[in-house]
Amino acid sequence: MARAVPNSRKAINTAVAWTIAILIFFPILWTVLTSFKTEATAIADPPVFLAFDWTLENYTAVQERSDYFRHFWNSVVISLGSTIIGLIIAIPAAWAMAFVPGRQTKNVLMWMLSTKMLPPVGVLVPLYLIFRDWGLLDTRLGLVIVLTLINLPIIVWMLYTYFREIPVDILEAARMDGAGLASEVIYVLTPMAVPGIASTLLLNIILAWNEAFWTLNLTAANAAPLTAFIASYSSPEGLFYAKLSAASTMAIAPILIMGWFSQKQLVRGLTFGAVK
Amino acid sequence: MKTLTRALLGASALCTVSLAAQAQSDDPVTLTIATVNNGDMVRMQGLTGAFTEAHPNITLQWVTLEENELRRRVTTDIATGSGQFDVLTIGNYEVPIWGKQDWLAPLDELPEGYDTDDLLPSIRQALTVDDTLYALPFYGESAMVMYRTDLVEEAGVTIPDQPTWSDIMTAAEAMTNEAEQTYGICLRGKPGWGENMAFLTAMANSYGARWFDMDWRPQFDSPEWQSATNDYLTMLNEYGPPGAAANGFNENLSLFQQGRCGIWIDATVAASFVTDPDESTVAENVGFAQFPNKEGVDNHGNWLWSWNLAIPASSDSVDAAKEFVAWATSKEYTEIVAEEQGWRAAPPGTRTSLYENQEYIDAAPFAEMTLTSMEAADTQNSSVQEVPYTGGQFVAIPEFQGIGTAVGQAISAALAGQSTAEQALSQAQSITEREMQRAGYMD
Repeated sequence: MARAVPNSRKAINTAVAWTIAILIFFPILWTVLTSFKTEATAIADPPVFLAFDWTLENYTAVQERSDYFRHFWNSVVISLGSTIIGLIIAIPAAWAMAFVPGRQTKNVLMWMLSTKMLPPVGVLVPLYLIFRDWGLLDTRLGLVIVLTLINLPIIVWMLYTYFREIPVDILEAARMDGAGLASEVIYVLTPMAVPGIASTLLLNIILAWNEAFWTLNLTAANAAPLTAFIASYSSPEGLFYAKLSAASTMAIAPILIMGWFSQKQLVRGLTFGAVK
Repeated sequence: MKTLTRALLGASALCTVSLAAQAQSDDPVTLTIATVNNGDMVRMQGLTGAFTEAHPNITLQWVTLEENELRRRVTTDIATGSGQFDVLTIGNYEVPIWGKQDWLAPLDELPEGYDTDDLLPSIRQALTVDDTLYALPFYGESAMVMYRTDLVEEAGVTIPDQPTWSDIMTAAEAMTNEAEQTYGICLRGKPGWGENMAFLTAMANSYGARWFDMDWRPQFDSPEWQSATNDYLTMLNEYGPPGAAANGFNENLSLFQQGRCGIWIDATVAASFVTDPDESTVAENVGFAQFPNKEGVDNHGNWLWSWNLAIPASSDSVDAAKEFVAWATSKEYTEIVAEEQGWRAAPPGTRTSLYENQEYIDAAPFAEMTLTSMEAADTQNSSVQEVPYTGGQFVAIPEFQGIGTAVGQAISAALAGQSTAEQALSQAQSITEREMQRAGYMD
């Protein structure tokens, strides 16, 4: 029987949880607040929290100067495209590793993860040259390919962990009922792993949405997503903090809203297998 | 008859050639322009209607990036000859290096009426390699002293038009009032070749120091560097704001505009921000003076920077790009800015004619000191000692970005109290020696 937790303990836990949550959320809140200030109020000392003349002028300025929707559409195509292609490749790979592991499976998994340990700038020039020769520079297709490859290890790892939780007996039963390999993966395994696949999908969309090295370095005007939109408001000489905040708020809003609605799946996916 | 046939053939050939040329110049062209986000560049983006109206076949496409991002992005593109961009916004640090590498298209045949002789000589020289111009300046800056006239008066000190470092230190000490969070002096402390090292290199120049001797041996062990570094650290530690090691241009701009700094020595372009009543709380009380020098050393730092428009040799549309860069850096463009947004908003520091224009001088109280500072900057002889390099607040060699930033980190660590000035300089000496040996400049 679970031990009753005293109320004082509960209150402390709640207070600690709220403090941590506010600390983590504060920079985002501050960015949103700054986006409604004038440039002068944005740098006011001491800082003004809520008692300022709220203005939408930064959003107007950002909208006038940049094509938000073009950047937004590029972000949607790139993050969704790379995640879906990644899943199509990763589901069979994770199936093989989880249900028919070979002697080298662990090593292959580790090797896949090790590709994430290389600083991306180390392969910038070779990749740039390949992209130049294949005409992929500043194209959405190019970015979809790169982000698929970059996120593939994470997708495979996450799916592998979920698949391992699925009893192999069910798959065997399907096989005995005459299911072929494709039917087994599509009709039996995938529906059972939907929560895991959904959280992998969500997490990878977020990762691809926020990826800011390749998306900045391999694009110019046509395929630039929202990361490039934010970067265009960072200034070394001149204070444009309010406009930068407005651009950031516009860039993170869609993914924040998506995260808000899907938080149940996300939390479930991220904590899956944590308590055993 | 033969002659007539020949003449007719010749005429028709001429017509064909001229028609082809006509068709070529009217072909639709899209120019991709890589640029940085600063007030003048943003303003230009908004005013390009006049250019596209006159050139209906040219469409402009902008890629705006953060300065360091832009540098990396453009360097990768140009070094691999990818031709993603038709116009680049680059500094006068890159122009001579890239010009020598043949990465940039020479700008020798500019449209008629482009008055090249009107460009400020120091700027023009900085953009010229072997008598060929490789970029056109969009706006230029030197460095100068900006100070609070009200605080100077209150403290009973004076800052002459050509101050020495002793004048600056005396004034900074007198103006410091930590109880009221007013600090005598704000200077760049954030590590980086374009941040603290830009300032400290200019300051060292004015102390008679140099980065390298004629054999490319680093000179951080010289008494001039020691003296400059000690004074820099003393000023910031004793009269500077807390956490100065994290302050760059923008942080100091914000502090000055909020009335926290008595003196700020930085790029002349800051003058228009600190005197703008919409942004600055001290707009009415700002005075200007030339970059200081050490007593007995005839050198005012030689800080010279310009943001320039250049055309990569890999561009497919060099002619159209040339039309655009010439327009954006012309007198005509300055007049469009003045007409639309007033003379105060005109891009500073590139043309002599701007400083002869009474309307501009009346609108910009900092104009005279900006011109004095820019004219005094000699990037070919940045130190009173002989040097093997060009560049004022930087050394125009490709290795400088890396070396400058590493040395900047050592100096910033000393400012944060993690090491002494002596340790920082000896670290700077060994880092620079190692890198220069590796790059083959010295044995």
